[in-house]
This record gives sequence, structure tokens and C-alpha cells, in this order.
Amino acid sequence: MDCDPRSLLETVVTEGCFEAMGLAALLQPVVDRHRRDPRQLLQILRAAQEVLGYLPAVALTAIADAVDLPRARVEGVAGFYSFLHLTPVGRYRVLFSDNITDRMLGSGELLDRLCNKLWIERGKVSEDGLVSVDTTSCTGMGDQGPALLVNGRPMTRMSAERIDWISELIRGQAALDDWPREFFVVDDNIQRRDALLTTRWPAGEALRTALARGRSAMLAEMQRANLRGRGGAGFTTHIKWESARRATTRGERATRYVVCNADEGEPGTFKDRVLLASYADLVFDGMTIAGFTIGAEQGLLYLRGEYAWLLPALDENLVRRRRDGLLGGQICGQADLSFDIEIHVGAGAYVCGEETALLESLEGKRGVPRIRPPFPVHAGYLGQPTVVNNVETLCKAALIALRGGDWFAGLGTKQSTGTKLLSISGDVERPGVYEYPFGVSVSQVLSDCGADNAQAVQVGGPSGACLAMHEFMRRIAFEDVPTAGAFMVFGAQRDMFEVARNFSHFFAHESCGFCTPCRVGTSLVANCMDKIANGHGSQYEINEIFRIHRLLHAASHCGLGQSACNPLLDTLTKFRPAYERRLRSLDFEPAFDLDQALAGARQMTGRDDPAAHFGQPARMPGGER
Amino acid sequence: MNAAVDRKKPRLATTSLAGCFGCHTSLLDIDERLFDLVERVDFDRSPLTDTKQCASCDIGLVEGGLCNAENILVLHEFRRNCKLLVALGACAINGGLPAQRNHLDLGQCLQEVYLTGPGIVGGQIPNDPELPLPLDKVRPIHEVVRVDYFIPGCPPSGDAIWKFLTDLLDGRTPRLGYPLLHFD
Amino acid sequence: MRQPNILFDGLPLPFADGQTIMEAATAAGIFIPHLCHHPDFKPQGSCKLCTVKANGRHVSACTMPAKDGMEVENNSPDLNDKRRTMLQMLFVEGNHFCPSCEKSGNCMLQALAYELEMLTPHFPHFYPDRPVDASHPQVLLDFNRCILCELCVRASRDVDDKNVFALSGRGIRKHLIVNAESGRLADTSFSLGDKAAHVCPVGVIIEKGRGFALPIGRRRYDIQPIGMELERAARCRGSGEAI
Repeated sequence: MDCDPRSLLETVVTEGCFEAMGLAALLQPVVDRHRRDPRQLLQILRAAQEVLGYLPAVALTAIADAVDLPRARVEGVAGFYSFLHLTPVGRYRVLFSDNITDRMLGSGELLDRLCNKLWIERGKVSEDGLVSVDTTSCTGMGDQGPALLVNGRPMTRMSAERIDWISELIRGQAALDDWPREFFVVDDNIQRRDALLTTRWPAGEALRTALARGRSAMLAEMQRANLRGRGGAGFTTHIKWESARRATTRGERATRYVVCNADEGEPGTFKDRVLLASYADLVFDGMTIAGFTIGAEQGLLYLRGEYAWLLPALDENLVRRRRDGLLGGQICGQADLSFDIEIHVGAGAYVCGEETALLESLEGKRGVPRIRPPFPVHAGYLGQPTVVNNVETLCKAALIALRGGDWFAGLGTKQSTGTKLLSISGDVERPGVYEYPFGVSVSQVLSDCGADNAQAVQVGGPSGACLAMHEFMRRIAFEDVPTAGAFMVFGAQRDMFEVARNFSHFFAHESCGFCTPCRVGTSLVANCMDKIANGHGSQYEINEIFRIHRLLHAASHCGLGQSACNPLLDTLTKFRPAYERRLRSLDFEPAFDLDQALAGARQMTGRDDPAAHFGQPARMPGGER
Repeated sequence: MNAAVDRKKPRLATTSLAGCFGCHTSLLDIDERLFDLVERVDFDRSPLTDTKQCASCDIGLVEGGLCNAENILVLHEFRRNCKLLVALGACAINGGLPAQRNHLDLGQCLQEVYLTGPGIVGGQIPNDPELPLPLDKVRPIHEVVRVDYFIPGCPPSGDAIWKFLTDLLDGRTPRLGYPLLHFD
Repeated sequence: MRQPNILFDGLPLPFADGQTIMEAATAAGIFIPHLCHHPDFKPQGSCKLCTVKANGRHVSACTMPAKDGMEVENNSPDLNDKRRTMLQMLFVEGNHFCPSCEKSGNCMLQALAYELEMLTPHFPHFYPDRPVDASHPQVLLDFNRCILCELCVRASRDVDDKNVFALSGRGIRKHLIVNAESGRLADTSFSLGDKAAHVCPVGVIIEKGRGFALPIGRRRYDIQPIGMELERAARCRGSGEAI
């Protein structure tokens, strides 16, 4: 076998080469860089895959030895995340963002086009190991899709021309750095600025103001502001901070943690992307203020794998902040104040947006939501009191430090103070990020973003609510339509059944598989939707969806399963004809395509007579009675 | 019983699809209660009558899963004609033993059995139109038609079948309960 | 001091501080259906068979701490229907053809199906194709029967200190793996003496050479239904009889 070290990526495709290459030598710097710390396992696996192209069995063994974990545990973690590969992948890995908004912009056709150009089958690696093309969950580019990731790097505004060009570049084996730079441009697309996005304070200004206020005063400002979490659940932030501050630390490494949830995985949302790209100092100020207020010395930012491209700039920012005395020991010259921030990168798992799954992932484990209680404020990261806040929440906290709680509470509504960033995509003239005071009506937002023929808006992503036209007077607020920020608009021409079907597959793909109802139920529901889509559905499937929804809503372990059928329920309630026109009967249809089930036997026997088919007037030998 | 009641006797049909007739044997295991049964029902299509086609019936007992095209046609015939369709035994309910082939590829199976297996010379995969084609996978009957009742067991005991039928005929929702309810 | 109580299906049930709903019920001889729960191991609450309603909210009885005055609904048609549906999900997810399974008659999944009168798997089958691992001299692994309860994972990790088992994959593709680069049980430190060899509630971990040792009629759940074992034991404890 050819094991020319000049072309590492080529040789790693064949596992037999690993011994010769000196696998240990390749992996040693990776594990050493992460202090051989088992809690860094996910980061180590990511880095190892960057070196090796994928994670062969021998590499998992070597990593397990290095971090002193059972090998099966390492394989279990590697097998959990979509972006970690246990079998060889193409040297060019193209993953099309598969959110409904990408599909509406033609991503499906573009994927087929690329596969045809490259003579490959979707989901399979080309025989020469050059390329693989598949889909992935929403990459957070809904405002500039159709989007894709190539070897983890985002590409936006795909078109047939660009796809043709990309296929040439891949066939010519051009290095990604030599691809046209405009393919990789990611715009902020800020369309409406309010309290937060108009902020132009220098780095550390919010932090210094908070330090000047003091811990208790800062907490009092947070209480006056009545800030609620921007990640969707809307828990009151100051209560979280207060609880973590009061909770006792335990063990020898007794400390508290601040975790920034930057795992913005809800399809259709991308506002955290913009905050991390252009307001990172506000995020870090917010984290440091939280750390100061609750008495934490370590901050962790969990960046979704799809946003790994933001990492270099974020890391640079952290270096700059350390240099400027905004991080590390003696923050802002205060001798007793130390706080630092570490960034962990996810690897393609929506469920890690759930705060306890995120903590598990931060600890280097499978991203499975924990049993609650205990809650993270009491026993979070490594069992220590931990505040987990959304990116936007932390920015708002920084804003409150700067401008005070009363000022903040003066914005928005009484129960929903301040402003909210909305990620607007779909059938609108001006997609992008819009900041509004809470309480804005859906119809106002629609008119601002240029959506004149909307039939529906999915607010809060697939797990949120699907609003039909008669609900457009409702308001974005915790007390009316709560949202983490996704706002997907569907014009009158859109098929709401296909929207729901896309979401059902999203949940089936992203279910962690921990609990029975979600693991099996999400797949059953996705299969029901496919059956209806293929023209084999009946009223029976619709009843099944309702039945499975009731179970998942009641018995699932976490919010993913509990809300997995929401979009189906909403569309079945509000857009039922979109389902009904696909039904073959109102009674019952077989679970599988009868005629197709005979295709294999037809092929083997060469038969094509009427009795070799269903759906034709075939009769049994012997005929009628 | 008087003649007036007799005329209203429910009609019962039975068939075995991809099964072993074990469930039918179990039906015979109700022994002398068979006499009670024929007092209470008329048999339509069934191995007992040797009738080949099913007429309009009240109850259809279907043993066996679906492994070929003919099974599906017979099942459809039963569903069309029977007011109540009953899946009788493990194979009808979950495919049973025949479904254990489901992890094998049908094409490879046929090839090995008829063409490439040891000792085969000049073999041929049977292609007579009289023969029903096999399905790619063996399926339980509830995946193809609506099924009203299920009697699990491999086979269900004669007692279980008797309990089920007498419940049904007496107007009670059939209920097996422990220990009549079993899967083996 | 008055002992704290939960109101369990309308009846006051005393519990000790720190007990879960499951533990309180078990101590009182009341059976709550479960698969992933085992009194010897840390509860994990994944099978969701023990879902009860506590103060109106659905929770796992095995993980939810009992609280004084908590109203718990357990044996209701609605909850039993949900449990039956989850059993059906487990039956179609794997391959549970009881007549060919050595565990039949001693299997908790099967016994619960009897208890909850599950007559049909109802859903379309997934027909998994997970190769059987017969590499180990003493034990066979049939992954097609795995219900992902993680009891073997917990036993091997927490009792045997071997970490022979783990889970990989996610969603419907989640599956049990063993601790060997080859993926074969023979290449792990597993042995028949392990606790993990004897905790599988279904028929995944099967001792070779012992299949169908007890005739039908004398197996565990032939003798009495799963819910009855606990109640009878509690009654006997109460009256001082031998079980």
C-alpha cells in the first residue's frame, strides 16, 4: 500500500497504513494539547479526526489508552455525534443544510446536481475516496441559504452555477483555501437594531461597570431588569444566578461555572451566530459579569460544531482580553478576581442545546440530558454549581450592567422585558436578524421583513409554534408567543405538509435515543409522514400521529421528545387539507408498498405476468368462484 | 337450541397463511368443545370444510404471516368478507418464525437455494406464473389490513382460543388474561 | 414525628427520606411496571415504563424523589395505555420472537406485555439486522433483543469494574457495543461470573449450553405474573409466612 506521508489525507483512508504511519505519533500532540483529560474527549476526538480524516477503530483504542477511559466509552461518544465518523469519509465532505428554508431555496435539487456531476450516490463515499455528499441539520444560515458545509467550512447562497464550479474544484482537487473566497462569505444581515444591536461600547466596558457596582448591586440590577432566558425556556436569569451563587461547591476542585450555551441548533435560528461574529466582546463581558456575580472562576462557551468556523476569531478575542486584563487573574486590576473562558466545540447534536445534555457533552460524554433534579445551578458541570445561559441572555446581562435594570425593564412588556433578536428567514424580501422590543406583533414583523403573502410562520423553530394567518396579530413575548428567535415564514405557495415532514425527520435524526418514547416514536412518526408523502397514507396514519404525540408529550425524558410532534399537531390543526389531499383512503393502507415488495422476486424470476404484481387486476390462479 | 336461533348462527372462516397449521391444531385442541362450537357457529372457508373461497362471514381467524403474494390476496379476501378479523397466533401477529428470514436478502436466498448451493447443477429459480412470488420481507397481517382482534401464542392454547371465541359469541370483549395470554 | 406519606392511587404510602416513588412503592409491595430500573443500581429513567403522574406531572417513578403529600397516579387506564404503547415500541424496534428466545418465560419485557395485556406490537416492525456475537466461549449476545436499558452497562461498570458494555449511536440507531477494538465479546474481559452476565431483563446476554433449561409451565413468569411476585412477597413478609 502506498503510504506516502506527503499526502496524509490520502493514506489515512486505508486503515492498514496506520501502524506504518505511527498512529501514536500522530495522536500524541492531540491528546497532549488537551492534557490527556477525559473531560476533553469530544475535543480530542474532533482534533484527532482533523488529523486522520476519520476515527478508525485503532485510533479510538489509542485515544482511550491516552485518556485512560474504557475503549467502549470512547466509541460510544464518537458514535453519538453526527460530525464524528467511524468509517472513512471523502477528502471533501459536502453537507447540505437540510432545513426547510434551504429546501425552499432549492437545496434538494442542488444536492442532486452535485451528486450527478460527481457521479456519486448521496451518503456514499466515492470509490476513490475523494468526496462524499450528504445532508446535515440546519447550519444556521437561513438568511443566506441554500447553505452547505465543506469539511466543516460554511458556504452560503448556493446556486446551480456555484455547484457546478464546486464540482470542478473537487474534481480538480483544489485546496479549500484556493476556492473562491466569495463562496465562504457569511453576512450578518442585521436588518433592525434596537437596544442591543445599537450598542457600541468598547470591550470590557460592561464588565468594568459591573465591577464598580459590586456583586450584590449587579444582582439587584438583574432583578430589576427581570431578564428572562433567551434560549427559549424563559427562566428568570437573576434567580438562576442567585441560586448558583448560594449553592455550595463540593470536593477538592470546588468552584462554580458559567456556561454560555452557543449550541444554536434550533432550525431556522442564527442570531447567536451574529452575536458571536460581531458582538463577541459583549458575550464575553456577559460571561465574566456572571462569573463575578455568582463567584465563578471558570467560564465555558459551548460552540455548536456548525459554527466551528467562528473559533479562530473567538480564540483571538480571548487572547486579547487576557492581554487587556479582562480575563485571567486580577481582572481589571482586582487582585481577588480571576475568571477565564474556554471554548468547547460541539460535533453535530441538536440535543446538546438542552442545558444538561450540553453539560454532559462539555464533560466529554454522550450528549444525553440528565435527570433533573438536581438542576445545574446546584450540580452542573462536574457536579458544581453552574449557570447555563444563552448567548443573547449574556449579552443582555452585559447591557443591564451598562444601562441598569430599570432602563432594561422599561423596554418590552411587563412579563417580557427588554428586546428579542429574531432570526427571520423563508419567504421574505429581507431575511436576517431583527431586534424588537418584546410585544411586537407577528404582523408587524412580517410587514417589516417584506412578507406579503405569508400563510404561516413557524416561531421558535420546529419545537415552537406554527402560526396561521388568523394568529398574526399575536405578539412575540413569553406570555403570548415565546421564542428562542427562529421566525420562518411560509408563503401561500408552500406546502405545509412538507414543512412538517421536514421537521419530523429532523427530530428523528436528532433524538438522542435515551428514552423509549422519543427514540422509537420520532422514527415512527417520520415513517408515517413518509408514507403519507408517498401516497400510501390513510386516516389511520393521522390517528397514529396524534396517538404518538400524546405519548411523547407526556413521557419523553426532555423537551426534544416532548415537543417533537408539535409541528405536526399544529399543521394538522391549521392546515389539515395539506395532509388529506395526499391520503389514499380514509380507512387503512398497508404499511409498505405491496407491489414494491415483490420487485426483488420479479427480478430474480424474470416474471412480469399479472400475478407478479399488485395494484393490477391480478387474480389468484383458480380465478373467481 | 331452536331453529330460529340456528338460522342466525354466526359464520366463521379460518385460514393459514405463512403458518404451520399449529394454531389450527390448537383449535382442534378444544376437543369435545368442538361440538359446542359447531352448535354455535357455521364454518365457512376453513380446512374443516375444505371450502376454497370465503363468503360473507362474521368472524375470520387468520393464522400465519405474509410471505408471498398469495398470502396477501387471501388476507384481502378475508378482510373483505369478514366483519371481524382475528390474527391467530404469533406469525399472524409479528411474522413469527418465517419472519426470521427478514435479515437475509431475498435475491441472495433464491440464488443460493436454486443456483449456487452445493450440489446444484443446471438449477433455475422457479418462474411458473402459477407459483406465488415471495415478498422481500415476511410481514404480520396488521401491516396490510386492519385487524380487529389478536390472539397471541405459538400457538395459542385451545383454552385461549375457546375463551376468546366464547367471549366473542357471548357478547363480551374477548379477554385472555394471565395465564392464557402468552407469546410462546 | 409523623412519617411522611405520598398519596399513591388514593392510598397513603409512607416513605423514608431520600426514597424515590419507585422505592416507596416497592417497599409497600406495590408493583410499578419498569424495565431499566433495578434496585441494585443507580436509577436512570430511560425506559419510561414507570411513568406515573406526580401532582399532575408525568415523571419517572424510578428517579423522582417522593415528597410528603405528593399525589401519585400509577394504575390508571391512561398510564397503562401509555406503557402498553411503549412496550409495543420496544417490540417493533427489536426482534422479539419469543418462541425462539431462550429467555422466554423469564423475560421482563414479555412478562410486562402479559401484565399490561399487550396483544399486538401494533406498529410496523423495524426489522433490525444486528449480527449476533457468538465469539465468547460461555456467552452469546443477541443484540436484536436489546431494549437499551443499560443494566449490563451499569453492572459491568459499577459492580464488575470492567466496563465491558457501552452504548453507541443515537436515536433509533442507538446500540449496545462491547469494549474491544474487534467488537467481539471474546476480546473483552467479560466472564460468566460477572454481575453483568446476569442482569439482562431480556434475552441479549444468554449463557451458552443452557438454553430452554426449564420446561414451559415452570419458568419464572409461568408460575406467577410479574406484578404478583412483589405483592405476594410483601404479603408474606407482613404475615411472616415463607414465600
